[in-house]
Amino acid sequence: MTDVFPPDLIRLIVSFVIVVAFAFTNAAVLVLVERKICGHIQRRPGPFEVGPHGLLQTAVDGVKLMAKQMLVPRNADAGLFRAAPILSFVPPIAALIVVPFARMLQVRDLDIGVLFILSLAAVNVLAILVAGWSSANKYSLFGAIRAVAQNVAYEIPLLLSLLTIVIWVGSFRMSDIVAAQGGFWFAFTPMGFVAFLVYFICGIAETNRAPFDLPEAESELTAGFHTEYAGMGFGLFFLGEYTNMLLVSAIATTLFLGGWNGPAFLTTAGTGFWATVIQTLWFLAKVYGLIVVMIWVRWTYPRVRFDQLLNFCWKILIPISMANLAVTAVWLKL
Amino acid sequence: MIPRPDPTLETLVLNMGPQHPSTHGVLRVVLKLDGEYVLEAHPVIGYGHRMHEKMGEVRNVSGFYANVGRMDYAGALSFGHGHVLAVERMLGIEVPPRAEYIRVITTELNRIASHLLWFGAFLLDLGAFTPILYSFDDREYILDLLEHVTGARLTFSYFRVGGVNRDLDERFIQGTRVFIRRMRSRFEVYHKLVTGNVIFRKRVEGVGVISPDMIRKYGATGPVARGSGIPYDIRRVEPYSVYSEFDFDIPTFPEGDCFARYRVRLAEMEQSLRIVEQALDRLPDGPVMVEKVPKKLKLGPGEVYQAVEAARGELGYYLVGDGTDVPYRLKIRPPSYSNLSLLNELAEGVLLADLVAIMGSLDLVIPEIDR
Amino acid sequence: MIRYFREIFEGLWSLLVGLKVTGRFALAPTVTTHYPFDELEVTPNYRGHIDLVVNPKTGKDKCIVCMMCQRACPSGCITVKGQKPEGAKKRVLTEYRLDFTKCSLCGNCVEACPTSAIEFSHEYNIAGTSRHDFHYDLVERFRDRCRTLGVEPKIADLTPVATKPKPEREKTESQGDRKPDG
Ligand code: SF4
Ligand code: SF4
Repeated sequence: MTDVFPPDLIRLIVSFVIVVAFAFTNAAVLVLVERKICGHIQRRPGPFEVGPHGLLQTAVDGVKLMAKQMLVPRNADAGLFRAAPILSFVPPIAALIVVPFARMLQVRDLDIGVLFILSLAAVNVLAILVAGWSSANKYSLFGAIRAVAQNVAYEIPLLLSLLTIVIWVGSFRMSDIVAAQGGFWFAFTPMGFVAFLVYFICGIAETNRAPFDLPEAESELTAGFHTEYAGMGFGLFFLGEYTNMLLVSAIATTLFLGGWNGPAFLTTAGTGFWATVIQTLWFLAKVYGLIVVMIWVRWTYPRVRFDQLLNFCWKILIPISMANLAVTAVWLKL
Repeated sequence: MIPRPDPTLETLVLNMGPQHPSTHGVLRVVLKLDGEYVLEAHPVIGYGHRMHEKMGEVRNVSGFYANVGRMDYAGALSFGHGHVLAVERMLGIEVPPRAEYIRVITTELNRIASHLLWFGAFLLDLGAFTPILYSFDDREYILDLLEHVTGARLTFSYFRVGGVNRDLDERFIQGTRVFIRRMRSRFEVYHKLVTGNVIFRKRVEGVGVISPDMIRKYGATGPVARGSGIPYDIRRVEPYSVYSEFDFDIPTFPEGDCFARYRVRLAEMEQSLRIVEQALDRLPDGPVMVEKVPKKLKLGPGEVYQAVEAARGELGYYLVGDGTDVPYRLKIRPPSYSNLSLLNELAEGVLLADLVAIMGSLDLVIPEIDR
Repeated sequence: MIRYFREIFEGLWSLLVGLKVTGRFALAPTVTTHYPFDELEVTPNYRGHIDLVVNPKTGKDKCIVCMMCQRACPSGCITVKGQKPEGAKKRVLTEYRLDFTKCSLCGNCVEACPTSAIEFSHEYNIAGTSRHDFHYDLVERFRDRCRTLGVEPKIADLTPVATKPKPEREKTESQGDRKPDG
């Protein structure tokens, strides 16, 4: 048996299935959470009729999306048009593989974990570009152009802020970074806090969420890059967006908020079953806390303008994160 | 000329509208873009044309009551006010003071409702989704009050030649006083959430600057003119109805950008609250309708022009009578039409996102432009 | 340099103030009504489509078939027909149709009626699958409403009479200040 199915392969397949299932559940939950939070911020209850307090609303919406025909516009590049949604949601799911949910709950502890995630996250912009270009729609094209400029610009401060932590720990490996935060979390050190703030802002920009939702900018570009998508094509973009949010928050948690460590005495570094459960709960609590903040931010602010977005990145975020990196490097040398 | 796509040029022709989230109805703007920069913007109007003026020329005066509210659904009462004032002026009808006070109270409430709607829609144009729900929360109070007195929430058909349709009751008066208190406390929320917000300020400050010369050239009025420092308000320069009896300010801001227009409208809401408060305090008793209105309103022969200050600016009714009860000509000068004509010049060289902000700050109501 | 940082901090601060506002509202109770389950009270002045006024005691209508409403309607949505029963002096209403698809709820008809025989209903839950669903037969509706009120409808009564009692007339008010039923 072991010859035909090496246990490692089985483990990989099983974990991959679990990760995919987790990504889908996460999206389903987040859609509801987002609509509920948005509703309450706007002083209305949000979805309420399907199921108790609207709990089944996402399921119904999912069925509706799947039942809808995915139209391909006549002038569209059909192949690319169909590939784009898949391109947008597969990479973030794959990146979840290296996320340490608990000490023992990590599919692969790659020694280049941080790099692996970042390179996969960068594919997102390609998906948007392909979607916008292949739609043969001017609004979509504008969305794609904006997405590329925005993501390329914001990747720089994002990387710089992560680099602060990486040189601090001296490793790209996710588990090492978590282990280094057993006593204190990086977000509670001055340099770590600045890096965290920069990272979080860039994370919102990377996931194209308000106030940086320029590629879809509803009031300007109708729906931006996914104007022409209907049914599950649109659904997959949504899935990709929510998985990306999860990923961004998971990285923030791992690198800045102590990963699966709980606060001081409520934590455990064990490897047993219950220790794993507790660690996972801490991890998810932090991740979803960050996601709630992202949702909260989205429903509060107006959208920034395109040139302001780039100015903000080049004139504020990049200098600050560079200075932060330099200060950290000097401090580590001392 | 409406630009046509030209493959030999490095420019892009984009059709914004008639169905577009930020054209508020069925306005079509043909844009010539160089990247994200707008080179030319040509508004194309007429998609909502319903021949209201012509209807006014084939129906008698009372048949037109229902039309006025359909032109500007956001501020229907001002349109009704202009219409009945024009006819009353032509016929020399003296309206009982209580009726005039009721007209002023309801029109000012309607103005606040219109500005609240604009506030929400403008922020929606800028990408903030929540403020519209807050402003609609307040607007709902006004609509409930107006529904209680007029029977309808949007197209009121409330004013009649010689007075108003129905008297106010105590419940309306109490409700309005409660609303005034509530609304005053809500401005703080708006200022905290929106006015002070750095993203909002960056989006509107210095964007779409209109010089006073441009205002005069295109005949723009209302908050757009006052946002460029021109204190032109029909309620003050040509007082009609009982406006001369109230103490209120005409807020003006000299900057001429979107932010100035925003501040003008917010300040106007406060002034409208003041007017309503004073009017409620001094509300005289008496009938709300002239004793004898002739069954057939014989118009003219003659002509009148009556202007009122609608929520968006000067609204004029030009009425020509030929001795029958059907007007010979009824020309309406809607405020948004002149305000829209600024767009062509304003749009040159701005970003697409700014164009949306500028259009939002002009507060266009398309059915009123198309009529 | 100081200005640079001050701008950043002021900007951040204004953003936090905004978050505080929305956060506070998020925890406050909602202000909406769950419509099909709870309904708001409709103001008594609400203007729905028009209806014939029922006298709840006698089950009679007040219409004298003067056609004023039909003439006053700017959209031409009212059709009134009457007949003289044998021996009677006055005409009796036999048909009152309203084409609600064309009605603009202006209220001219109610104001024009010399006997206040029509009023606005409070119907707002109106839906239909074709426009013919909005061609109302108000006489039929009158009968239904009489039955729900528990009186025998006496409308379109064409039985020959020797001397029909005069329909009670109300003082005419030019502004159409409508009176409650009866
Ligand atoms: S409300 Fe106006 S439009 Fe409707 S039936 Fe009466 S007169 Fe005609
Ligand atoms: S105006 Fe009144 S009385 Fe005359 S026909 Fe119409 S409903 Fe009947």
